[in-house]
Amino acid sequence: MDEEYDVIVLGTGLKECILSGLLSVDGLKVLHMDRNDYYGGESTSLNLIQLWKRFRGSDKPPAQLGASRDYNVDMIPKYIMANGALVRVLIHTDVTKYLSFKAVDGSFVYNKGKIHKVPATDMEALKSPLMGIFEKRRARKFFIYVQDYKENDPKTHEGMNLTRVTTKELIAKYGLDDNTVDFIGHALALHRDDNYLNEPALDTVKRMKLYAESLARFAGGSPYIYPLYGLGELPQAFARLSAVYGGTYMLNKPECKVEFDEEGKVCGVTSEGETAKSKKVVCDPSYLPNKVRKVGKVARAIAIMSHPIPNTNDSNSAQVILPQKQLGRKSDMYLFCCSYSHNVAPKGKYIAFVSTEAETDNPQSELKPGIDLLGPVDEIFFETYDRFEPVNEPALDNCFISTSYDATTHFESTVDDVLNMYTLITGKVLDLNVDLSAASAAEE
Amino acid sequence: MASSANKNINAKLVLLGDVGAGKSSLVLRFVKGQFVEFQESTIGAAFFSQTVAVNDATVKFEIWDTAGQERYHSLAPMYYRGAAAAIIVYDITNQASFDRAKKWVQELQAQGNPNMVMALAGNKADMLDGRAVAPEDAQTYAQENGLFFLETSAKTAANVNEIFYEIAKRLPRLQQTPNPSGMVLVDRPTERANSASCCS
Repeated sequence: MDEEYDVIVLGTGLKECILSGLLSVDGLKVLHMDRNDYYGGESTSLNLIQLWKRFRGSDKPPAQLGASRDYNVDMIPKYIMANGALVRVLIHTDVTKYLSFKAVDGSFVYNKGKIHKVPATDMEALKSPLMGIFEKRRARKFFIYVQDYKENDPKTHEGMNLTRVTTKELIAKYGLDDNTVDFIGHALALHRDDNYLNEPALDTVKRMKLYAESLARFAGGSPYIYPLYGLGELPQAFARLSAVYGGTYMLNKPECKVEFDEEGKVCGVTSEGETAKSKKVVCDPSYLPNKVRKVGKVARAIAIMSHPIPNTNDSNSAQVILPQKQLGRKSDMYLFCCSYSHNVAPKGKYIAFVSTEAETDNPQSELKPGIDLLGPVDEIFFETYDRFEPVNEPALDNCFISTSYDATTHFESTVDDVLNMYTLITGKVLDLNVDLSAASAAEE
Repeated sequence: MASSANKNINAKLVLLGDVGAGKSSLVLRFVKGQFVEFQESTIGAAFFSQTVAVNDATVKFEIWDTAGQERYHSLAPMYYRGAAAAIIVYDITNQASFDRAKKWVQELQAQGNPNMVMALAGNKADMLDGRAVAPEDAQTYAQENGLFFLETSAKTAANVNEIFYEIAKRLPRLQQTPNPSGMVLVDRPTERANSASCCS
């Protein structure tokens, strides 16, 4: 490894692997190292033995749970919006050929103590028990406005400039009540808090359109897709892309100390007494703890169950969003369930996650409203992890540090971070203008 | 995973072996009929497909090359996932590469699909002067571990088509399709009605 590289990437989490792949495809000479002996870092998927090692010390998993290798339990559980940014990146890089996906069965929202299917279109709004009869009609009108809205066609704007009109003002025009606004903002537009209400409405309208278009794409019960064998496949697939374009891979490299010159700029990375030279380093926060600050903490529970999440129409895979207001919290809570139908557990077993941004000193009890929705569990594990964001100035030290994964159950914020980092590193904007309307899925 | 329909079988085939044993050369010879004396380490292409007709079936191999990730023992588990066949390659002029091949067989037995068809290829069989591994030793090892063995030369093409043909013959004809089969995202239009895929 005593060579000079254009970029050294540390950590094989999803963000780092996507960047490694993009940079190798650009023709840069990339060295990619990880201190662990497996791919994925924080965004890996664990089998049962690894899971027990992590949460239960050296305990052996109980035999009735089935074979360890049948489990792929995500450490950062998320679903992929079918028309979203990650799918654009997958198609742009042709990494899709290494992966198989399946639609997610259901997308739900928690409202007044009950789980409801998220209505995404004007027709669904009319059928949804989430709203009373008059509210349904108002919501239907609003949904039609959003469906017909085209950014470059002023005729569809109905005289409103959505770059100025706030979401609150737009919604007021349709007279929707707070309850409706809550599921639209959190379960359809996927906002994590209520700040969007005072921001220009265009973003929310675009997010609602993304949800509806993603839902229509695979005609499943949700706008989401998910890879067979779990999310741990994603970093591996992008790492393979990087390797195919000449990237060098080294796992199990202890230390990985980033070296700086007198001006404080990166000059290389040392591991096991050898120093690889490079003027740029890309890494997750754990490799440069002095250049990041803690911005929050995610609390989560991982449960192994023998049934789907109750009241989700027996969905083998589902997401339930619990909007903050419904729980009297500042941030949303998410339920995520996946099973043997995506090859992440043996037949008859389900993996459920409850996650949220921790707001108190007792995060485990904060998760209770979500855990109560799961019904009986075979096993349950609790964990918190700190979220970090970079505080360095990449223009001064040439360190490009990713932000920790948030509690959301989708990848939109993840890909935003990756695209921003790509632009910082290369000075280029990644053109993700793949023909998504034409892109579709073929059966394997 | 291999799947069959009307005796058309799709099979993922992975190559394993030491750096320099000739994995990419074997693939290039088989897929393109080419040989390059000083093949660069694998860059830019590590995914080939080639169809082989055997008596009762047409086998389409999806061939995965290591893309160099074996160099520092950093091959991802995804590489083995669903592989129906593997060719473990060593260099007959290099005893160490034969020892490493045995390690790869162990790795496959641990990580791979138990019904996988495994072939052991003693490559560079044209370089008899430099021979360091006796064919009898490799044959004995292969037999004991449930592999079949051939000496190959990507340079002269000796036994290259034969090894893929032999794998095609040995692939189970009626393999279960993996449950569930997924969909592959592609960047081209398909009929709306068909795009709902197989999520039953």
